[in-house]
Amino acid sequence: MVKKPELWRWTESRWTNPDLDWKDKVITSGVDVGSVSSQAVILADGELYAYSNMRTGSDSPDSSMNAIKWAMEKTGLELDDIAYTIGTGYGRVNVPFSQRAITEIACHARGGNFMYGPTVRTILDMGGQDCKAIHCDERGKVTNFLMNDKCAAGTGRGMEVFADLLGVSINDVGDLSLDIDEEPPPVSSTCVVYAKTEATGLLREGWPKNKVLASYCSAMAHRIITLLERIGIEKDFAITGGIAKNRGVVTRLEKEVDIKIMEKSKYDPQIAGALGAALFAKALYDKGKRK
Amino acid sequence: MIANYGYKDGSGEYFITINTDKCNGCSKCVDACPYGVMAVGEDLNDPLSDQDVAFVTENERKKIKYTCAPCKPSGKRTTPPCINACGMDAISHSW
Repeated sequence: MVKKPELWRWTESRWTNPDLDWKDKVITSGVDVGSVSSQAVILADGELYAYSNMRTGSDSPDSSMNAIKWAMEKTGLELDDIAYTIGTGYGRVNVPFSQRAITEIACHARGGNFMYGPTVRTILDMGGQDCKAIHCDERGKVTNFLMNDKCAAGTGRGMEVFADLLGVSINDVGDLSLDIDEEPPPVSSTCVVYAKTEATGLLREGWPKNKVLASYCSAMAHRIITLLERIGIEKDFAITGGIAKNRGVVTRLEKEVDIKIMEKSKYDPQIAGALGAALFAKALYDKGKRK
Repeated sequence: MIANYGYKDGSGEYFITINTDKCNGCSKCVDACPYGVMAVGEDLNDPLSDQDVAFVTENERKKIKYTCAPCKPSGKRTTPPCINACGMDAISHSW
């Protein structure tokens, strides 16, 4: 049997800050166990020291452990060196080494504020299985939020399904969808299952892959707008989560809302939640010490 | 904070919106709701605050279209009991 390539498999990443030495510093960490990806972020005295971003397995405690271990790899850090850990995301109550769990809404606002600076007001997190629209103030405190996790339309999972259907690597979906002469109408079904059926029909009609992808990316952008409108879109506008890496969706979204979306941060946009959790860990550690 | 609990699906948008700046955590909405949709506790979306606020329970967030349906305006009843009970005008429904 021919082994089928895993086209949905996105690139995992890890990073260590080369200019920082963690010794004699307060180490705090945040672990975001999402539906599709898990991230761990380690801070040394509140400064970003290391992070990892990998796929979530079928077991939340294992996934959180794998993520933190990969983040600590080759740094000499041990779990015992971490003073305070906060879990967030779907599996937040299943992080065995965490002291507390905080919702991903609060964490994304805080993380987005750190990554994109205090001017960011609207944060759109397009995750694996849900979508969050957050409005925050200059300190990264949530002022308005909305989350849609009932439906996979407009999420990373939907994009994975399409990459697999069309035989295109998920990393190339965005660029391919922009490689078209004329923008096709968006697929009409919002549901991923029906959209897939519709796309199969379009392929049968003779549509090339990139046109089908364009049609799907456009539908996704369209769907997100209605969610954003409920909380109001204010400048500066940043996108976090896996879909932030998909130019096809981001460019179309930008066109529809008519607001420049902030340039990608130098860090992986998927770590925003875990980064926020690590920042809260630092804040709560300091608060506990003052008492 | 304006907290929107609920969802959007093919049939429409269903959100219960709670203004946590107005909410005083009095629990009147919890007593008024016949289906256990409302609850009061620490604000999970603002972990550094110590004030208790109202929120929609996790179990109900994905089905409020159905759970809240019997309380929707019909006949003599004009507003749902949770909105009526709130003296701070902190609760609203999107549908």
